[in-house]
Amino acid sequence: MASLSIESLRKSYGSVEIIKGVDLTITDGEFVVFVGPSGCGKSTLLRMIAGLEEITSGELKIGGTVVNDLAPKERGIAMVFQSYALYPHKTVYDNMAFGLQIAKVDKAEIDAKVRDAARILKMEHLLDRRPNQLSGGQRQRVAIGRAIVRNPQVFLFDEPLSNLDAALRVTMRAELAKLHRDLGATMIYVTHDQVEAMTLADTIVVFEGGVIRQAGSPLELYHQPRNTFVAGFIGSPKMNLLPVTVVAATADSVTVAAPWMTAHLTVPVEPGRLAPGSAATLGIRPEHMAAGSETGLITGQVTLVERLGHQTIVEVAAGEGAGVTALIDGTRMTAVGSTLPLTFSGDDVHLFDADGVAAVRLKVPEIARARRERPAA
Amino acid sequence: MITRSERLVILTLALVVVLTVLAPLALMVATSLKGDENRILLDIGSLAAFWVNPLEAEWTNYAQVLASQTQPFLRFLFNSVFVVGWIVVVGIFVNSAAAFALSRLRFRGRNLVLAVVVALIIIPMEALAIPLLLMVNRVGWLDTYQAQIVPFIAHPFSIFLFYQFFAKLPKDIDEAAYVEGATPAQVYWKIALPLSGPVIATVAILQSLEYWNAYLWPLMVTRGPEVRPVSLALAQFFGTPPPTWGDLMAFSVMMSLPILVLYLAFQRWFIQSVVASAVK
Repeated sequence: MASLSIESLRKSYGSVEIIKGVDLTITDGEFVVFVGPSGCGKSTLLRMIAGLEEITSGELKIGGTVVNDLAPKERGIAMVFQSYALYPHKTVYDNMAFGLQIAKVDKAEIDAKVRDAARILKMEHLLDRRPNQLSGGQRQRVAIGRAIVRNPQVFLFDEPLSNLDAALRVTMRAELAKLHRDLGATMIYVTHDQVEAMTLADTIVVFEGGVIRQAGSPLELYHQPRNTFVAGFIGSPKMNLLPVTVVAATADSVTVAAPWMTAHLTVPVEPGRLAPGSAATLGIRPEHMAAGSETGLITGQVTLVERLGHQTIVEVAAGEGAGVTALIDGTRMTAVGSTLPLTFSGDDVHLFDADGVAAVRLKVPEIARARRERPAA
Repeated sequence: MITRSERLVILTLALVVVLTVLAPLALMVATSLKGDENRILLDIGSLAAFWVNPLEAEWTNYAQVLASQTQPFLRFLFNSVFVVGWIVVVGIFVNSAAAFALSRLRFRGRNLVLAVVVALIIIPMEALAIPLLLMVNRVGWLDTYQAQIVPFIAHPFSIFLFYQFFAKLPKDIDEAAYVEGATPAQVYWKIALPLSGPVIATVAILQSLEYWNAYLWPLMVTRGPEVRPVSLALAQFFGTPPPTWGDLMAFSVMMSLPILVLYLAFQRWFIQSVVASAVK
């Protein structure tokens, strides 16, 4: 297993720059998830780590060795592709053994490793089948098995579960988490699925336009997003980002007002660049809102109701064109067209300056600072 | 929905096509099995020409062709099998390797090479024959097997067929192999080529057919029966007096058989490949 460090990494295709200077350190045994919208460069960066894309500039180290100019096979990595990329004409056994056969590993050793990986992935009975005789989940398992047998320093996953149906995705997600616990290997995982990112990652790296917008533990990103992009990207339904004006600022709080709010709101943050009179953005997560009884900080007409059972997603028109999404108690009686008052606490909200940079929150739940416990090696 | 009458029309048309295609073959086989030359001449002009009573079928024509000292059929047959065999077997490797490089590897001038290969498909053999003959003559290859084999191993249309097939193979498969430590040559040999069964079958059939029936080039570069292919021998056989239709047809049947067997052996893959290239 190995650590991985990326310094000022850049990638251009002609004059188009895809990766615009990425710095990142991944510690030994860490599970890192790259997320971001389509075209943000997360897959390109993964392929650069794999050695499938040339590095335009910068430095990439795996286990302390600069690997910029090394071929994929010399980097000690294994990759699992979104399309599984199994060899259609080979049996499951031969698919898993291929890399070792190429490396001219002793036959008995290959056999032992393949059978061991098959046992870990519970597919001993599939070894003689060909990929077209397997289900999607089984194929993905073979692809993972192919990575395991090579005992790589770093596992790379490129959206491995996105071709699977929802139920299978949940199962495979759990299996991947278990695999990471069992192997204790360094893993880098690209996805656009937030749930996968939140549940699997030790560290989530959020990309936008070829740069890292924030890297941190899942709950750190959830509770302390550094900018409006991360705030809007992490969390489902999305955080409400609404315009406000700063009316007062002290050392440990900022008070804001807005036409769509019925009262001023005091938010416990370091004011930073937020001076009275300046424009700011207030971030409120839908789950931090509650339906009030008679009066609320926001009162508006309900424009959308989506009942999930235990909770209900409602959209409320607040002021001029501003729609607010709230996740309220599923037993609350509400209907489109009715008026709904919404309340929320200043302790739960986020404040961003005019450039979209978050003010440091002073009241953060303890769990946001906790790191995921690692199994003893 | 196809109505009953429409179906009938389609079936009739299909039957007409089948009969048109099969008629010459039936004539060839039936005539070859008629030992009496007069009978053949009598039947020609009537439907009896396409049929022979199995009880009256004779193999004398075949025996005569095989026994001919001046026109050693088996020697010609061997020459054809030898020449076509080499062209096809070596050609499969050479053409698929070229196509693999063109579709999978990045190098300067790749598109230009591909454009030249595609352009070469339309140049007919007749246009190349004279310059090629001068070259073959210069290296002293007249009246040899290699003169009939070497110029035809690289086959632009086969390269194009392989290229189309490889271009459709998912790139992830190559990349997975590269990550596992394979070299481009290993990806070609262990991944791409084993997956190309349908194209190999198609290329084998098309190339075999083309060179089995080759006439002009062998005529230009060969003289004696030692290296002459069976296609040329048929023409020669026809020109040698006295020509008898029975012998001639027996010769034709024996000449057609190998290619027919090859086609039947590969037809499942051939059709699969042709259909695949038609719909995708």
